[in-house]
Amino acid sequence: MAKGAQLFLRTMIARAYPRVIGAARERSWLFFETVLPLLSTAAYVFFYRAINAPEEYVGLVVVGGAMTAYWLNVLWSMSSQLYWDKDAGNLALYIAAPGSMMAILLGMAAGGLIMTTTRAAIIILGGWLLFGVDFSLTYWALLIVAFAITMAALYGMGMLFASLFLLFGREAWHMSNLLQEPIYLFSGFYFPVSSLPLWIVAGASLIPLTLGLDAMRQLLFPDNPTFGLLSVQIEIAILLVLAVLFIGSSRFALGYMERLAMREGRLTERRR
Amino acid sequence: MQQAARSFRVATWLGWQIESNWADPFLFLIYSIVKPVTSVMILVVMYWVIAQTDTSSPYFAYMYVGNTAYIYVGSILVGVSWAIIDDREHYQTLKYIYISPIRIYFYLLGRGMARFLTGTLSVVVTMAFGLLFLNLSINLAEVNWLYFTASMVLGLASMAVMGLLLGATTLQMARHYWSVGESVAGALYLLCGAIFPVDSLPDWLQPVSMALPLTYWLESLRRSLLGSEASKEISPSLARFSDSQLLLILLISTLIMTFVSIYFFRWSEHQAREKGLIDMTTQH
Repeated sequence: MAKGAQLFLRTMIARAYPRVIGAARERSWLFFETVLPLLSTAAYVFFYRAINAPEEYVGLVVVGGAMTAYWLNVLWSMSSQLYWDKDAGNLALYIAAPGSMMAILLGMAAGGLIMTTTRAAIIILGGWLLFGVDFSLTYWALLIVAFAITMAALYGMGMLFASLFLLFGREAWHMSNLLQEPIYLFSGFYFPVSSLPLWIVAGASLIPLTLGLDAMRQLLFPDNPTFGLLSVQIEIAILLVLAVLFIGSSRFALGYMERLAMREGRLTERRR
Repeated sequence: MQQAARSFRVATWLGWQIESNWADPFLFLIYSIVKPVTSVMILVVMYWVIAQTDTSSPYFAYMYVGNTAYIYVGSILVGVSWAIIDDREHYQTLKYIYISPIRIYFYLLGRGMARFLTGTLSVVVTMAFGLLFLNLSINLAEVNWLYFTASMVLGLASMAVMGLLLGATTLQMARHYWSVGESVAGALYLLCGAIFPVDSLPDWLQPVSMALPLTYWLESLRRSLLGSEASKEISPSLARFSDSQLLLILLISTLIMTFVSIYFFRWSEHQAREKGLIDMTTQH
């Protein structure tokens, strides 16, 4: 019988499997989740052009538009997915199985990465081909580090959110919706986050994408000094702290919320 | 006809219950205010960062009105397409709807109507926010209310039938992600020039924009609120159409789309029955 790391890995693969197979079996998402979001990002590009913004802002929008894919993945395919699974009757099976809930959530994330990364890549590629965005790859190694740590922190936060969603009822959808546009605004998905008042930025920095996006933009567009909130090294250091904090607390929160949900009989609650 | 009206009425009530009453009222209120206001604030900050001018300029009002009115497009398109996925896979009631005396076409229109009601709340909040805090250059005493009403009625009808086209498409699809409606609404956000004049689009894309009823809806709405001249100055491509011509184009295109949506929906429904998609659940 699998135990420890082997069980964790097997659980992860088992949860990722239906997502990967589902994506391969029915490919309509290739249009609806890649081409259309590119057009949506393009709307902000044309808005900037209509108000005669410098061309660097086009690149800024493209990177922000690409990163929306990861935020949406965390919000809808991890956090609120637990609510969906609860209503479908799968949550009770996850709890009854020997694998850990963290492995299941990471499996959801890993399974969704094909769609998410395809969406992000198409937006970046579209930005390069259609709008002539000039990405600098001078700091490519640091860029990979910044992206990887941002993802670790972001998905750690996603797991923390998921623990809260264990307790949510029908309002789970509203909660996910509520976390969508406000995060686009406060994390500066479509404008430099340094344009916002400092106290807002300080609060928004708890969302890993705020500093992650800023760091990646500084590395991709090093000639534009207005994009930088803090130095890239400091931003990466803060993201590292956030990653440890979110992953550690999500482990605790998932266990606590699971016990609470069991005690209150919410794991099999299906209000239809 | 009586059955159609009943299906529409019951679906509207059900949709409203799902959207509002099942949630914590406080959360629903926060959600209805925060989501649209932050959505429009993204554009406001983008505008501030670049233009650095005051928000009483006509271009700001042009963008603001377009973005605010577009809340309806997102609400209705998402409402109808999500109703298919929600009823089929989440509540698993779509099969029961098919075996009850409900006209599915009007049932989905009703679900769209519920989204229209919640969308109206967001539109009112966003407009009030603009007028009170952003010095939006709209004089309510000078608004052409008759033209505004005609534009809204035709525009909403057009969105409803577009929602049904999307609903018919959703019948054929698995639940991969979250909402196909949001993606389509996002694409139309670009194509109908919700936040910039269609003249800003590349030449090859402008004909696509001019073929969409939503382009004419947004333009007629802007003319009713901002005045014909102000809007014409910003968007020369649409300036060649008079106010009444805009409404006529909107009416004709809505009628065409209604016929297309009826036939496409019937075809899609037949396909879904044949392939056993009416009770499909995809737990990806």
